[in-house]
Amino acid sequence: MPIHEKSLIRPENLREQDELVIDGVDVSGHWSTFIETRAVTDYNEAMQDEIAALAGGENIHRCWQCGSCTNACTVHAVNPDFNPRYWIYLIRLGMEDELVRDKDIIWQCVSCNKCTDACPRDVVPEAVMKATAHWLELKGHVDKKPSTHFDEGFSAQVIETGKIEDGLVVRDFFKRMGDPFRPFKEPYLVAMITGIAKRAPIGYLLKMGLALVVRPRTRGWAPARKGIEEYIREVDAKDRKALGLPAEGGH
Amino acid sequence: MEKDLKKVAYYPGCALEGTGYAYNKSTKAVAKELGLDLVEVENWNCCGAMEVKNIDPEIETYLSARVLSQTEKMGFDKVMAPCNGCYHNLKKAEHDLTHDAHSVEVNDRLSKKAGHKTYEAGKVETLHALDWLMRAVGEEEISRRVRKSLSGIKVANYYGCMYTRPRRIFPEKDKGPGTESTANPHFMDDLLAAAGAENVAFPLKTACCGGAHTLSDSDTSTKLCLNILTAAEASGADVIATECPTCHTGLEMHQIRAEKVMGRKTKVKIMHFTQLLGLALGLSSRKVGVNDNFSDSRGFVKERGLG
Ligand code: SF4
Ligand code: SF4
Repeated sequence: MPIHEKSLIRPENLREQDELVIDGVDVSGHWSTFIETRAVTDYNEAMQDEIAALAGGENIHRCWQCGSCTNACTVHAVNPDFNPRYWIYLIRLGMEDELVRDKDIIWQCVSCNKCTDACPRDVVPEAVMKATAHWLELKGHVDKKPSTHFDEGFSAQVIETGKIEDGLVVRDFFKRMGDPFRPFKEPYLVAMITGIAKRAPIGYLLKMGLALVVRPRTRGWAPARKGIEEYIREVDAKDRKALGLPAEGGH
Repeated sequence: MEKDLKKVAYYPGCALEGTGYAYNKSTKAVAKELGLDLVEVENWNCCGAMEVKNIDPEIETYLSARVLSQTEKMGFDKVMAPCNGCYHNLKKAEHDLTHDAHSVEVNDRLSKKAGHKTYEAGKVETLHALDWLMRAVGEEEISRRVRKSLSGIKVANYYGCMYTRPRRIFPEKDKGPGTESTANPHFMDDLLAAAGAENVAFPLKTACCGGAHTLSDSDTSTKLCLNILTAAEASGADVIATECPTCHTGLEMHQIRAEKVMGRKTKVKIMHFTQLLGLALGLSSRKVGVNDNFSDSRGFVKERGLG
């Protein structure tokens, strides 16, 4: 088992020695913190191929572990546990259990593409992060994350009418998250809305109000919608097959 | 200056019809004032924004390609999109339809199903409001047209992610003098400097505001926005100039949220660059939609003798 960066050594893999003497030398205390030797036998050899089969994961095999992606990463800067290079390493080795430990933060990639520009191997780590987050959900390792609820609600509107309406996107998101009234409970959202309601010219407010009633839509959109829905069903079936999952299930 | 850019197709996109209302208004007002003609793309659709690609990237490519197809149908070979997200997606579609056979195939299939002409790469050039104004008007002309100089106003120019990343979808950038830089973009600095503004050295020009997760992971977004706001203040800026409706609303919303949730108050103003430019051209505060911003810049604009 290779030793990862110090910050990545998990507490359960460390062993503190209160009293340990080796060759007559006392190595207890600070120096006696060892990583427990262990043999990894439960590699998931299919993991890299599965993630590579999902949209965005195609280039994962190209990674040579330089770490430029993590170094450039926006989310890594606010949370050092967010580490694209490390996750790509685990996926390529097939260390599923280790990857799954970070299941609740991988979705937090903000798609800033700093990694994409930093990567010397054209891995497109941003897309790999999305494929990995998708894989975790498809495999049932996690429930749908807030970003998935947001993406699905947003995309459903686009697919249905060709356009989105901001207010509806916000309300639909909180509804999907099981808290439809949250916009009215969040002081900052309330402050934003009341602030603008006080200042904005009546024309603007009327336009906003109207958009809530008459949803914006692209004319003659129905055939496009049908084509897109059909395509999504195909991709879905292909993804599920690649992951060895039963045929049904939503995207 | 490029004459054929005086009249271009205009793709406002969904955000400019919603939270980016003031950006739309000020962009049109500036265009009108400068004698430029924006012809809205007929019956347009959403470009896919930052969300549809996470359902499937090829659908996003198709959505953007349909906008380009509509543009072509109207007889235009240039489309201007002021929203970073739209601009990015149209550029990405152009890139993928040039280099990726699978994208070409899916786009063709979906276009046929939808019953319109398949867009083929190379037919339409996508411009951002920034490169459009640089090329169609230029700094000299802007300087000549200024009626209320922005002199003494310290501006932090904030470009966000999608105007420059990923680099590969912007083949025209990084081509030396006169072209835009992806590492250190400057077109907004150049235009506002031409209008008299004093641009501050702002290290977070292309930092991310967390816009993709502004609601789904608000804590991360607030931290990222707060970095940008405090860095702008530390650089001595009075105002952050934006060129993307998502970044703009994100900064406004998280400026309020940082104060309400984290007790971190920042005072720097947030305005669309077209609002500042419009004010410099002598347009009224109302005409450039200062009242329509979520954050209140009315006092600032008045105090500085603009609008
Ligand atoms: S796109 Fe995601 S993984 Fe890449 S740098 Fe940005 S936040 Fe990090
Ligand atoms: S930058 Fe690219 S090659 Fe380097 S570790 Fe990240 S994904 Fe791998």
